[in-house]
Amino acid sequence: MPVYSLEIIVVALGLVMLLVDAFVNLTDKRSIAWIGMLGLLVVFGLLFMVETPENTDSVFWKFYAPDDSYALFFKGIAVLTTLVVLIMGANFSKVVVEQTAAAAKGAHPQAGLGEFFALPMFTCAGLMWMASANNLVSIFVALETVTISFYVLVAYLRRNVGSLEAGVKYLILGALSTGFLVYGFAWLFGITGSMELPVIAEKLSSPDVNATASLFAFALILVALAFKVGAAPFHLWIPDVYQGSPTPITAFLSVASKAAGFIIFLRLSAPFLASGSLVGKVTFVLTIIAILTLLIGNLAAMPQKNFKRLLAYSSIAHAGFLVMALASSPVKGTANALTPATVITFYLGAYLLMTLLAFLVMAVVRSSTTSEDLDSYKGLAKRSPFLAFAMLISMASLAGIPLTAGFFGKFFVFKLAAEAHQWLLLGAGILGAAAGFYYYLKIAASMFLSDSDSPESEPIAIDGITRFAMIILIVAIFAAGINPNLIIGLLT
Amino acid sequence: MNTLEIIVFLPLVAALAIGFGAPSRATALGASALTLILSLVMAIRFLKLTDVEGTIFFESSRSLLDMEGFPQLSLSFGLDGISLVLLLLSTIVMFAAVLAAPKENEIKGSSKLFYLSLLLIGGGAIGAFCATDLFFLYAFHELALIPTFLMIGIFGHGENRVRTAWTITIYLGVGSLILLLGLILTVVGLGGTTFNIQDLIAIARVEGIPAESQPWIFGLLLVGFGVLVSLFPFHSWAAPAYAEAPSSVTMLHAGVLKKFGLYGLIRVALPMLPAGAEQLTNLLLVLLLGNIIYLGLVTIAQKKLDRMLGYSSVMHMGYVFLGIAAGNEIGISGAVLLMFGHGLSIALLFALAGWMRDKFGTLEFEKLGGIAKSLPRLGLVFGFAAFASAGLPGFANFAAEVEVFFGAFASGSGEEIGWIRWTTIIALWGVVISAVYMLRAYRYLFFGPKPAKLEIPGDLNWASRAPMLLLLAGLLAVGFVPELLNQFIRPAVEGLSLGSAG
Repeated sequence: MPVYSLEIIVVALGLVMLLVDAFVNLTDKRSIAWIGMLGLLVVFGLLFMVETPENTDSVFWKFYAPDDSYALFFKGIAVLTTLVVLIMGANFSKVVVEQTAAAAKGAHPQAGLGEFFALPMFTCAGLMWMASANNLVSIFVALETVTISFYVLVAYLRRNVGSLEAGVKYLILGALSTGFLVYGFAWLFGITGSMELPVIAEKLSSPDVNATASLFAFALILVALAFKVGAAPFHLWIPDVYQGSPTPITAFLSVASKAAGFIIFLRLSAPFLASGSLVGKVTFVLTIIAILTLLIGNLAAMPQKNFKRLLAYSSIAHAGFLVMALASSPVKGTANALTPATVITFYLGAYLLMTLLAFLVMAVVRSSTTSEDLDSYKGLAKRSPFLAFAMLISMASLAGIPLTAGFFGKFFVFKLAAEAHQWLLLGAGILGAAAGFYYYLKIAASMFLSDSDSPESEPIAIDGITRFAMIILIVAIFAAGINPNLIIGLLT
Repeated sequence: MNTLEIIVFLPLVAALAIGFGAPSRATALGASALTLILSLVMAIRFLKLTDVEGTIFFESSRSLLDMEGFPQLSLSFGLDGISLVLLLLSTIVMFAAVLAAPKENEIKGSSKLFYLSLLLIGGGAIGAFCATDLFFLYAFHELALIPTFLMIGIFGHGENRVRTAWTITIYLGVGSLILLLGLILTVVGLGGTTFNIQDLIAIARVEGIPAESQPWIFGLLLVGFGVLVSLFPFHSWAAPAYAEAPSSVTMLHAGVLKKFGLYGLIRVALPMLPAGAEQLTNLLLVLLLGNIIYLGLVTIAQKKLDRMLGYSSVMHMGYVFLGIAAGNEIGISGAVLLMFGHGLSIALLFALAGWMRDKFGTLEFEKLGGIAKSLPRLGLVFGFAAFASAGLPGFANFAAEVEVFFGAFASGSGEEIGWIRWTTIIALWGVVISAVYMLRAYRYLFFGPKPAKLEIPGDLNWASRAPMLLLLAGLLAVGFVPELLNQFIRPAVEGLSLGSAG
């Protein structure tokens, strides 16, 4: 089965879900989510069965990288994230219905819920395509597929002011960054005369390339990509949008959108980093961005009182570690499997596990409380020891405590930076990790050490599939934290 | 799966079992007793082997990551004499701590969480001492730290317990990160190809890290490990934490887990960064005098037993650092022996303090007095423990301190009195200081007039005596026959072959 059929299946699945929503009279529209989960599980299985195409001469392969273990890995991330987002969406449906359904006569009591499950499928297809895009055109189209469906999803809770505000902010800034991206692509095309990344890389590394123009193109592209992955100083939209969006969509944004942003980042910066005349300046700019992102993300997370905002800053902080890896490209000539690409991929894999776990717990807790403030997690250990334990593991991993996946992510980044002699960057990284230690464990402490001061103290119900997903994520966090080869092995 | 792996994983598996609903006290007791027996078996098996210097025995290794460019990572364990002694210390204290822990129905809150955390702390320490892979050495220690924080916050005494839990979390967390940075730089500096400690040492001997960058890295390791061991001036977390933690946790942390930092210096920092160690010796000497003299005086000024014990444990770390600073065989042997002796004696003292806090409701010297007359057994055991801690002959601590002082004095070269000899001379006064505060405490508590309000409970019963007698037996046995442990330590220290520093 060829690689691209996976995207087709996912799109078809999304269409089927829309049709079911429109024509089948369901008593509980959450069954649409079950269809999606089942379908995605099948697609995830199919990921391991794709074949390398024999003939890659056709025009199609100029837009779509034929064989790439990284692309497959990122497709896996997209599928898994969407799967968990659907699980979260099912848990979250009460809130969605409350804040969307019209009170019209004769309408289904859950009207508007179906699209909430179908739209992520299209986003997922876009993300999967993005992972394989190797041409400026296909990168752009895939990116827009993702972004446009996110515009809708972010503003989905139309009776909620916060969600609408988030939607408008995301739309305006997203459109602006798209403008930067296209302008950068235009310059890149002007310099190299090609839209294909391999050709661009070749042209950029020739000695007679126009350095000023290339750097200008890089700067424009960098602005757009920094926006997508949430790197400082283009991170300002993140806290507001994350806080306003429906929780499952926040998770989606913070994991899948970031992962896809980084694979594009890797692909687009590779030609510049490989070019002898540009690498110095490009690395310098990346270093500055990494340091800024690390410091801003981590230090601003410390005083946060709202859990979603805290996770928003934490996602900025993790973007900082990832850009740090990118800025620590090894000295040329050392054949090494520990490249920024491997490290970033591992980091994102680990980040997926721990962030999704945190959001999953949050979606469940949110359904039994009225707010998303950190205070509502006080005494969670007494209300639901399992949820508190899951959150503890997730926080420990985000903080980078050994034996969890998050530790190896940070460790590989630090090692890369040490080998590249990026001492300043390493210092900022350690400072950031220390701050992270504080704000992640603050949550753990409030769950275990303080008593709830709200009257809600009955146990929280968790349905079977959510509990199962949490257990899988916890086991995976430990497994990858003890044996990182489980993730790295997938890349070779 | 060999015996050593079973020893390492038994407490962790038992903790898991408790998490899934096994009876907590029974499981914890069974697991810790079994690890103690197995570690004694290891010691006996070890005796038949010690004709080779400095080799790691009973090795087991499971490769986890072996790929070009990544450091080799394997889940590997092994023992040499030093880690064997610390393994014995861990298993003895863990068993005693579980024995001394309150019964399930006396615990406020979840008894499951209490026993599970105890086993995690003990198991983490055992894992850290047995690991021959740098990553797991670090990781097992962290595994033990996190339940320590939780235990202080949830089950601690006093109103400030959450604040104290926070302080130690941040303090030790940042310390661990500095340590991590130092370890990463060490591994990268030594080629970045493996995490295996023996391989790294072998690389360091052939072509080490350049001498000019060694002091920086050693400094990071010294601060990182130093925070964990409460080296002056990074000591301020220790006394409040020990005073407010449940006594079983204090027994395990002060007795066992804190030794990790010292172990790390001996196992990692000294052999991998010999030049850095040599250049920073004088700095270490100044800091350890801070521990011995300054904190010794602070100890004398304490008005509560638990605080006093907390500070005394910080103070005694100074001697261990002196042995390490000496860098020669006798000094380091003494340091290892002192870790053992101090571990047992401080665990014993905290067990006693915990018992007294439960029965009397207070540990303030002012409110207690004249106990010896009505509770002679308590007075006797406490007396033994106090003498042991102050370093009286007949206890392990005495033998160890003598070795440390001889080693430190001998490591000064030539006729003149250099830094280390001066330090030794000043440090000797620490013995007087310990005697002062221990005897003062003993007088306050056990002699003098009995305050009118004080109600006298029943004396130590067998259940509470058992863990104390176990610890006391260890102290006396090693005190009278230090060779019991020295026969393990000596070849291992010789194997370190720390020529340059000594």
